[in-house]
Amino acid sequence: MKGTAMLRSSRVRPYAITGGRTIARMPLLLETLVSVPDYDLMVHQMLVAESRDIYALCRSVQSIAEISAALDMPLGVVRVLVSDLADDGRLRIHPTAVHAGVPEHMLLERVLRGLQTIKH
Amino acid sequence: MVSRPSSTELSPTAISTKIVIAGGFGAGKTTFVRSISEIEPVTTEALMTEASQDFDDLAATPEKITTTVAMDFGRVSLDQELALYLFGTPGQDRFWFLWDDLIRGALGAVVLADPRRLADCFPAVEYFENVPEAPFIVALNCFDGILPFELDDVRAALAIGPEVPLLTCDARDTASAVYTLTELVRYAMNFAGPPALV
Repeated sequence: MKGTAMLRSSRVRPYAITGGRTIARMPLLLETLVSVPDYDLMVHQMLVAESRDIYALCRSVQSIAEISAALDMPLGVVRVLVSDLADDGRLRIHPTAVHAGVPEHMLLERVLRGLQTIKH
Repeated sequence: MVSRPSSTELSPTAISTKIVIAGGFGAGKTTFVRSISEIEPVTTEALMTEASQDFDDLAATPEKITTTVAMDFGRVSLDQELALYLFGTPGQDRFWFLWDDLIRGALGAVVLADPRRLADCFPAVEYFENVPEAPFIVALNCFDGILPFELDDVRAALAIGPEVPLLTCDARDTASAVYTLTELVRYAMNFAGPPALV
């Protein structure tokens, strides 16, 4: 068994951290933003390595996809760890526009306005 | 890449939305994302097991969890409270199942097509025709600015309805990419129907 574990790439290892779970408790879309509302160094130090990296990174607002890319961590693992950190009140999960109750028309108008401010 | 003064930091109350950039391999998806993103397009990896867990016994085939697929994406901060993400679909056909994850919650999709290899975008068009809740438009990425066919002929070849916007673009050009997204959003507005009466 030990031999098998050593043959595997390091990419697989976070599954040990997620307790074998591959599904987050709450729906986390690729673009879902998360942030740390009150960064606490004590919390940072008590977290396991992968969660600690996410906790530190999310001092500025990040999306699930950005966390995955920045930490070179598979999306499924990011989802589970983010979900756990949020359960413990360490991370805040921002609603996406569709879940924030923004009426679709207002959202589209806002996107249109935003696009028009992009400098070419 | 687009440089924007307000793009560095999103507000702690920011929300997000996304648009999917689909199309065949080499249609210019990453170029399109790059020409409008304020961050260098980055790649994230999804695991095969995320979609196949229902029918794969992971315990029996643990090596399967190492199968990954790359997706490129970029970001535009439309304002400090709203981030728009652009996700390019994985090029390989065998990762179709990931499209469901990509399209979930999206405002809509741009199907990019290389006019010289039009057939490459057929699977993407077919996919979005079967996702009625997601509006899509087709943008022909004309690298040299020349479209060798009439747009109507392309529409007929793609077998898309008259209501689906079909336009040309240059994926390398920011203004053209912005225009393409604008057309999608305008279409989505009609698609969503008039605002509800209050």
